[in-house]
Amino acid sequence: MKLDLDQEKPIFIQIAEGIEDGILTGAFPEESQIPSITEFSVNYKINPATALKGINLLVDEAVIFKKRGVGMFVAQGAVSKLKRKRQDQFYDNYVSRLVEEAKRLGITSDEIIAMIERGFVQ
Amino acid sequence: MSTIEVTDVSKSFKDTQALSHVNLQFKENTIYGLLGRNGAGKTTLLNIINNRLFATSGTVTLDGDRLTENTRALSCCFLAGGSNLYPEGMKVKQALKWSQEFYPDFDMDYAKELCKMFDLPVKKKIKDLSTGYQSVFRNIVALSVNVRFVFLDEPVLGLDANHRDLFYRVLIEKYAEHPFTAVISTHLIEEAANIIEWVIVLKKGEIIRNEPIESLLDSGYCISGPGTFIDSYLEGKEVIGTDTLGGLKTAYVMGVPDPQLPAGTEVSRMNLQKLFIRLTEAA
Repeated sequence: MKLDLDQEKPIFIQIAEGIEDGILTGAFPEESQIPSITEFSVNYKINPATALKGINLLVDEAVIFKKRGVGMFVAQGAVSKLKRKRQDQFYDNYVSRLVEEAKRLGITSDEIIAMIERGFVQ
Repeated sequence: MSTIEVTDVSKSFKDTQALSHVNLQFKENTIYGLLGRNGAGKTTLLNIINNRLFATSGTVTLDGDRLTENTRALSCCFLAGGSNLYPEGMKVKQALKWSQEFYPDFDMDYAKELCKMFDLPVKKKIKDLSTGYQSVFRNIVALSVNVRFVFLDEPVLGLDANHRDLFYRVLIEKYAEHPFTAVISTHLIEEAANIIEWVIVLKKGEIIRNEPIESLLDSGYCISGPGTFIDSYLEGKEVIGTDTLGGLKTAYVMGVPDPQLPAGTEVSRMNLQKLFIRLTEAA
């Protein structure tokens, strides 16, 4: 997960997405413990209520679960769950913006497809 | 849950009205940001709440009890601000012991640990400390007194980047583990923006904003694009400010953006510092 926050999205969403990234890259493996609310808030210099709000998004999606008095853990099956979610968001997050920029630059869909194929080969 | 209630507080000095009809609530276990330009009345307000100044009119209460001249209620509050209440020649070490006398829950071990972390020269006299170390000293006492309401008047004044970073970390750690109410007045808005839960903006002695930071930031947006389009877009909208760079224009607008926007325009979130600058610019 990246260690800097930006202004573009609410902080709690960035915290949730950062933890998701950590799970997807293997920094936070399934069934392992993730840092505490205090550790997240001190590290990012954010209000603990904000960190909690972000983590609760993932608890609601059953990606993270809490063990009372022990801490918070990555759920089993979290990786495949997150992959599915990110796949569903892929068009909105990447493709629509790609097409928008391509239109601005006058790049045709055939040219984009060629570029994508080149990207897969490299 | 305890609440400090500021009701219709006004304060005038000779020929200036420092505060007019201020109404506020401070709830337990929340971090407040008290923002305002120089001379807006932040310090006056903090001094009145903490019984260091008398209000011309209005009241300050803690759970219904007047805070003015009320030792028992005042022992729930601590103000770390510009003027120290310690005798001039007192050494840091002695001052910490003194604080322990007045605040029974003062944590001396924690205070000593913080002194080490910040490299505070404890054998020096307080008046001989640099501006930055005076702030460090006040912050250390504020974090060690263990009272329900801590008021920090410009806690990072004169602190270098490392000490500011350390201060925010220590504050958050303390707050996360043993919650209390912190009211922070600061000019370094960007640094404190993510810590603050609730924002109070003072302008010329009056409260112009008093709400959770999220709702404040969501109450408006920035839009930028070609100047000619932006000008027509802004008609009939509540605009709090604009920036122009050649043919490009950015506007800070209250409300929600129109659903259909032409290509070439961009909408982004407000940020606290920009919003603050717009809100407090002389009208």
